[in-house]
Amino acid sequence: MVLGVLAAVYMTAPNTPPAAAPETGQTRGSEKGIFVATFVPQDGAAKQNELQDWVLTLKTAAGMPVENATIEVAGGMPQHAHGLPTSPKMTDYLGEGRYRISGMKFSMSGWWQLKLGISASTGSDTVVFNIVL
Amino acid sequence: MRRFPAQFQEKCVAVFRPELRRNKGLERFRVSVRNALGIALVLLLAAVVAGCGRPQFSEAEKRTIASLALSALPPLKSDTTNHYADDPGAAALGATLFFDFSLSRNGTVACSTCHQIGQQFQDGLPQGMGVGRTNRRTQSLAGVAYSPWLFWDGRRDSLWAQALVPLENPLEQAGNRAAYARYVKARFGERYERIFGSLPDFSNVPTNASPLGSATEQAAWNGMNDAQRDGINRVFANIGKALAAFQRSINPKEARFDRFAVAIAAGTEPKDDAVLSPEEIQGLKLFIGKANCSTCHNGPLFTDHAFHNTGVPPVADLPPDRGRVDAIAQVDADPFNCLGPYRDGGPEACGELKFMVRDKPELIRAYKTPSLRAVAGRPPYMHAGQFGSLGEVVAHYAKAPSSVEGISEVHPLQLSEREREALVAFLMTLSP
Repeated sequence: MVLGVLAAVYMTAPNTPPAAAPETGQTRGSEKGIFVATFVPQDGAAKQNELQDWVLTLKTAAGMPVENATIEVAGGMPQHAHGLPTSPKMTDYLGEGRYRISGMKFSMSGWWQLKLGISASTGSDTVVFNIVL
Repeated sequence: MRRFPAQFQEKCVAVFRPELRRNKGLERFRVSVRNALGIALVLLLAAVVAGCGRPQFSEAEKRTIASLALSALPPLKSDTTNHYADDPGAAALGATLFFDFSLSRNGTVACSTCHQIGQQFQDGLPQGMGVGRTNRRTQSLAGVAYSPWLFWDGRRDSLWAQALVPLENPLEQAGNRAAYARYVKARFGERYERIFGSLPDFSNVPTNASPLGSATEQAAWNGMNDAQRDGINRVFANIGKALAAFQRSINPKEARFDRFAVAIAAGTEPKDDAVLSPEEIQGLKLFIGKANCSTCHNGPLFTDHAFHNTGVPPVADLPPDRGRVDAIAQVDADPFNCLGPYRDGGPEACGELKFMVRDKPELIRAYKTPSLRAVAGRPPYMHAGQFGSLGEVVAHYAKAPSSVEGISEVHPLQLSEREREALVAFLMTLSP
């Protein structure tokens, strides 16, 4: 009987809570607060192992579109010793503070971090996005 | 619900299956059960609640298992860089060329010498043997057309550009492109022209010439005019395109695991050989869980098609091998790469090359994640056949030694002997 009770207790024990998940919001403020950036896949969802175009929308803290920005894309998987499997680049300005970033790819499931270095007339700053696949 | 320990699951399978009740411990267990009906009832109840003998997977595990099934493999996309990729005539010519020993300097080596049809299109050797001993393990070809990068280090960016390299490699087929173009015209001229259009006039072209060959062959190549060189290169590229068209038809076969995964995905009970043993299930749970194998070995082909330094040791008597980091300049310089003049279709197909990582330290001694489909049937393992068994491979990843150069991405992991055996047992379910 004791065995059965133990088994029942063991099976109904609550799951341990998952480790703190990274903040995965698609709109983030830059580190020094110069920009507010929104970064989304052009066709809606992030896909594993497929080259994708993403769209970065840049606004000033006051909500005005940021034009003529240069954008450097870096990043990788914080839990592994590697960066991105590709070197994404800004390939097009789409107007109203929107920039096309091409060559985005995630080769694994897990936590990816994208660090966008942004320079514009208002200043230079970095914005970090977390993506969990 | 909390996962029920695989050990207990095994035990209760043994209790209800007389053929497994062989060891003494279980025999005693059975006697005590017989003598204490109350405990037996409670155990039975616990077993039913725990789904005795039935694998328990979380929703996340079920999704991962479904994503690994062969049925989740999307249809092969058309290759716009090879206009003949899905042309049956080109595939047929490619098949002929694949098995043709005349496509070598000494008439003794074909693609099929190393990529053997009865052996998953590989040769079972630590390093492939062509005209000489090569520096790398011959890879299986099942599903090869899904890979954006070819070779262990990805020094070519398409299947058709890859097919040209062994033809001229002095350790593999050791021939030269002028001789190959002349041979194809003489032997398969009519078939070739039906597919690719008219062949150039080779009457003033040297018998042997190539920018990569011997000093004499290079001199002969340099002595040709641009139109002659382009004519040879175009026929040479088309040989690659025919070989690629054939290889696109080489696909992995359904394995026991796939039948299991389909049932799990559909929420039905696996039947017949799709039933995995408790040990195989323990291995699967480790593979997609604690052992982190499926981080890189993901998707229906069990590969992320990317390059990783996993601390695999070099082979003592082979030339220095730095993997991906030395392949970047080679693929950039290849006249048959996606951005070169021999690509069909538009440059929009060249994203992988255009956005390739060129200068990161993690490229040092990084090699492509191989597919694990049917892996149990093709030892030895790793890019130069460093490990003789799957047990050795699992032991390497558990120990995670540091790399001789660059930084290994793998972290040490405590795995019991039983867990290692379970991982190997699971890997064996990936064979048809």
